[in-house]
Amino acid sequence: MEAVLESGSVLETAPAALEGVPGWFNELRQAGWKRFGELPMPSRRDESWRFAKLGQLEFDGVHLAAEQPPPGHRGAPGLQKRAARFGFVNDTLTEEESNLPDGVICLPLKRAMAEHPELVRAHFMQRETKLGSAKFAALHQAHVSNGMFIHVAAGVEVEDPIEVFHWLEGDHIVAFPHTLVVTEANARVSVVDYFQSDQKARGAWAVAVNDLVAGPGSQLNYLVLQDLCDEARMIQVNTTTVDRDAAAKAFILNAGAAWARQESLSLLEGEGSRSDMLAVSIGRARQEYDQRTFQHHASPRTFSDLLYKNTLYDESRTVFSGLILVDEGAHYTDAYQTCRNLMMSDEAEANSMPGLEINADQVKCSHGSTASTIDEKELFYLEARGIPPQSARQLVAQGFSVEAIARLKNEALEELVLSFAAREFGRILGAS
Amino acid sequence: MSLIIKNLHAETDGTEILKGLDLEIPRGEVHAIMGPNGSGKSTLAKVIAGHEDYTVTEGSVTMDGVDLSGLEVDERARAGLFLAFQYPAEVPGVSMANFLRAARQARLPEGEEIDAVAYYKELYEKMDLLGIDRKFTSRSVNEGFSGGEKKRNEVLQMMMLEPVYCVMDETDSGLDIDALKVVAEGVNAMRSPERGFLVITHYQRLLNYIEPDHVHVLAGGRIVRSGGKELAHELEAKGYDFLKEGELAPA
Repeated sequence: MEAVLESGSVLETAPAALEGVPGWFNELRQAGWKRFGELPMPSRRDESWRFAKLGQLEFDGVHLAAEQPPPGHRGAPGLQKRAARFGFVNDTLTEEESNLPDGVICLPLKRAMAEHPELVRAHFMQRETKLGSAKFAALHQAHVSNGMFIHVAAGVEVEDPIEVFHWLEGDHIVAFPHTLVVTEANARVSVVDYFQSDQKARGAWAVAVNDLVAGPGSQLNYLVLQDLCDEARMIQVNTTTVDRDAAAKAFILNAGAAWARQESLSLLEGEGSRSDMLAVSIGRARQEYDQRTFQHHASPRTFSDLLYKNTLYDESRTVFSGLILVDEGAHYTDAYQTCRNLMMSDEAEANSMPGLEINADQVKCSHGSTASTIDEKELFYLEARGIPPQSARQLVAQGFSVEAIARLKNEALEELVLSFAAREFGRILGAS
Repeated sequence: MSLIIKNLHAETDGTEILKGLDLEIPRGEVHAIMGPNGSGKSTLAKVIAGHEDYTVTEGSVTMDGVDLSGLEVDERARAGLFLAFQYPAEVPGVSMANFLRAARQARLPEGEEIDAVAYYKELYEKMDLLGIDRKFTSRSVNEGFSGGEKKRNEVLQMMMLEPVYCVMDETDSGLDIDALKVVAEGVNAMRSPERGFLVITHYQRLLNYIEPDHVHVLAGGRIVRSGGKELAHELEAKGYDFLKEGELAPA
């Protein structure tokens, strides 16, 4: 635990030196703090914060947790079949369970640094934050104290997913969840990151960083299930690098939080690599989801496919900004980007900014974004079968998300996401 | 115990389509309605089901004495009405199994849950009967279904929901002869003294397989002729030209 100033916000709290970690880690934290101080807060003039409600960046009185939480599981029941489960409450480890094959390192960051210092150091916070939240990534670097380090050795396949629960507990607390996943050649793993909180986590923040490094021919699946309480906020900065013939698949579900921003950068570094970027966001009340993506094709014969689906109720709001960049020489690239919004209310708002920059030949690229209302023909059909209008609307809205969920192509993970989505739609139906 | 349509007038976008339609379908009988394009056949089906695009300006539809004008679309369905669609809607992301389950669930009293095991057993039996692959339970409703698959699916739903009155809107359109036979077998299996059918069709062909008790001709928004099943054959032979030639016999 760090010393906490009584009144000061986390933005004014310099990180103290942590005990039991390598010197470089403390140096990195200090460097992060310095960088945080140097970088300006996002402003209206920043293209990467266009349409964003900057008023959401509210850190008054937001502080690091001082209390040691009791051990135990918090949050959703999760998967029946899992290879490992780790839980953190305000970044403190509160549960661990592991049933992993040889060749997998799956450890809380602190322990990983002690046991595999060079491996962690080689991958930890190595990528530049390009999509707008560099200042918050620096804040994360300054205050990160724990997290998950998952490393799968060459040729090792982990059958069942690894679950990581990040739980926020308490008024105006901030956590810095960190998940770093590395797959060596031809390895395979799926990791599910849960972000949840208790209902008292008012004004709470998660400032998270997630890096995925998919080695040659490996398969890396990563899911974010964001179901924070309605008064919490979150920023997650993700960088995915995909090596030769590797496939990375990332899925984000937004169900909770007052405001959540996700920046997802996929770098298709190796020839023949593939990245699937999927998201489902279900907005209600005045929730806002702000998603910025970057599909960067740096090698030939690379493939990326992005599908984001938003269902917006009440006065909820989304911002989607996506860029496809095909580097010179990245010939025979396929890159697709689709963002679809289903408007369930006249007051909801969807903002889309697709972008495309192609510097190679023989490239197939497309991008599109749509906003539509629910199809009356579908509703009439369901109602003509005796399904009440409210339930019919819920079924159709839920069905709208399924296209993205089905692309997980893993029954257990699809069911997991569907259970979160169904609960959220149930909540909406119950409130109407 | 009948579905009774009395002096029904209905309009859409200010245009009157049904102009005083009278029809009585007692339980246990199959009535066929035939008529040329634009005569109001599909409008009749939608008006009975309660589609919001149509306004009833005069007359009534009652089902076993219950005036349907006081019931919403879903309430009519739960009261025992079933509309087999000419063009069934595709509902992406909603699986057949979940859709039918929701429809069955809606018929249970509040707080009561469907018996999932019995439900699936019944669903699979009926799918087998109609020659529908069991894999269809996990497919989205009608999405990517062929014309024949969609119509079989309509009959499957009818079998699962066991309505009292079935209105079938051009169920034969887009069907090849094999699919038509399967669909007709399904309908015939459901014929019972407790159930009435209104079969709307443009062609007589369907009526070779679903034998009607009565045949009516709809033209200009009214029933212009009624008769036995031989009327269908007469129409098949002579076409609807008699309507133009003023050979109108009173209904």
